[in-house]
Amino acid sequence: MSKIPGDLKFRPSHEWVRVEEDGSVTVGISDHAQDQLGDIVFVELPETGRQISAEDEIAIVESVKAASDVYSPISGEIIEINELLIDAPETVNESPYTDGWFLKIQPENIDELNDLLSPDEYGEMCEE
Amino acid sequence: MNKTDLFQEHIKLGAKMVDFGGWNMPINYGSQINEHKNVRSNVGIFDVSHMSIFDLNGSEQVDFLRNLLPNDVAKISNPNRALYSPLLDELGGIMDDLIVYNLGSHYRIISNCATSSQNHNWFKKHSEDYDVEVTFRKDLSIIAIQGPNSLKILKKIGMENLDDLIDFDLKILNSIMVAKTGYTGEEGFEIVVKNSEVQSIWKKLIEAEASPIGLGARDTLRLEAGLNLYGTDMDTNNHPFESNLAWTIDLSDDQRNFIGKSSLVRINKETSRELVGIILKEKGILRSNQIINHEGGSGVVLSGTFSPSFGFSIAFARLDKGHNGKGKVEIRNKEFNVEIVSPPFIRKGKILI
Repeated sequence: MSKIPGDLKFRPSHEWVRVEEDGSVTVGISDHAQDQLGDIVFVELPETGRQISAEDEIAIVESVKAASDVYSPISGEIIEINELLIDAPETVNESPYTDGWFLKIQPENIDELNDLLSPDEYGEMCEE
Repeated sequence: MNKTDLFQEHIKLGAKMVDFGGWNMPINYGSQINEHKNVRSNVGIFDVSHMSIFDLNGSEQVDFLRNLLPNDVAKISNPNRALYSPLLDELGGIMDDLIVYNLGSHYRIISNCATSSQNHNWFKKHSEDYDVEVTFRKDLSIIAIQGPNSLKILKKIGMENLDDLIDFDLKILNSIMVAKTGYTGEEGFEIVVKNSEVQSIWKKLIEAEASPIGLGARDTLRLEAGLNLYGTDMDTNNHPFESNLAWTIDLSDDQRNFIGKSSLVRINKETSRELVGIILKEKGILRSNQIINHEGGSGVVLSGTFSPSFGFSIAFARLDKGHNGKGKVEIRNKEFNVEIVSPPFIRKGKILI
């Protein structure tokens, strides 16, 4: 399994988030999550411009095995989605932390990220 | 948890192991989709040693089986033939499905893993009226070799003279049972060997470049091939006529009684539901328990998945009769159009929808 990049934070429900230089945040799902799901065949992404609260359902991932919801780690506005995933959902399996990102959010309050897990804490949680 | 004698080989090959009916089995060795495509285009091997093998002994095996099963083993009275049949309870409900083999020396039954003790008890109970002894063969393993190149790969490992076998034929080669059966809809074989010999045969097949295939791909392959999964597509609440298994109910010998017959003959086939294939070409995946509506009624999705061969979702559903080939499914509060077809979707590389 690939190493978890150090600049990410995680929800216990396996979403990762990274704060970008422009103040937006990028959201995806973890390597552990894609591995558990198996081959991903369909990703349903939200419309840009949608206002969301932390813990809202923001996307759905369908693998051959099962469908699972993706929850927002933060409140704000969806400002960009990864169009690549519409035709190439397998990108999430191949590079969950880079090309397989899901969407970007303009956050209302960046402090909401303080409660999330560090890479080490998340890694420990997955091993349990 | 139970482990097959190939457990260490799966670990060495990088398998992701899961609990499957109490057995620790490989779900995939990396990508389920690639494994699926390998079986359709080349050849793959599966460890299916979790399945249950029962050998019969005694002078009344045929009478016992003709009473036990709705399909008639009289069809395989010549040795080296196999027959598919459901296993029914007295009410005609499906307890399991299985294949019965005539090895010449005796008959053999191979059935599912989750039902092993139920079946063992059932066989023992019903054998009491016959000169038949039932033995649960935990000392045997099963490897399935499936795909258009399965014959070639068996030749490569020295298993020759299998060219003339047709579907549901079998042959005994050096005490190994080789049957031309499978659960993928491709040309293929299933071989039954002693636990002590299974590792060496598996390794030879891997060295001959057969791809190991997990139970994940086994599931998508069998669904495309229109083959039911016991427990998901049918169980004791279902009778064969609403499970696409009318063809397994052999009533041709009216002197023959079998378990469940008196209930089956009372079922009104005109009004009972039917098991159909569903195709969803839009972006969404059909899953168990989704509701299907059509002009003559409704029903629920049974097995549903993404089909690696087609690139869209397919499923089985049990529906009221009277559809016109079109229906609607609701997925997460959104309605999608579906096509309703007769399974199978694909057989021996041929697309049938």
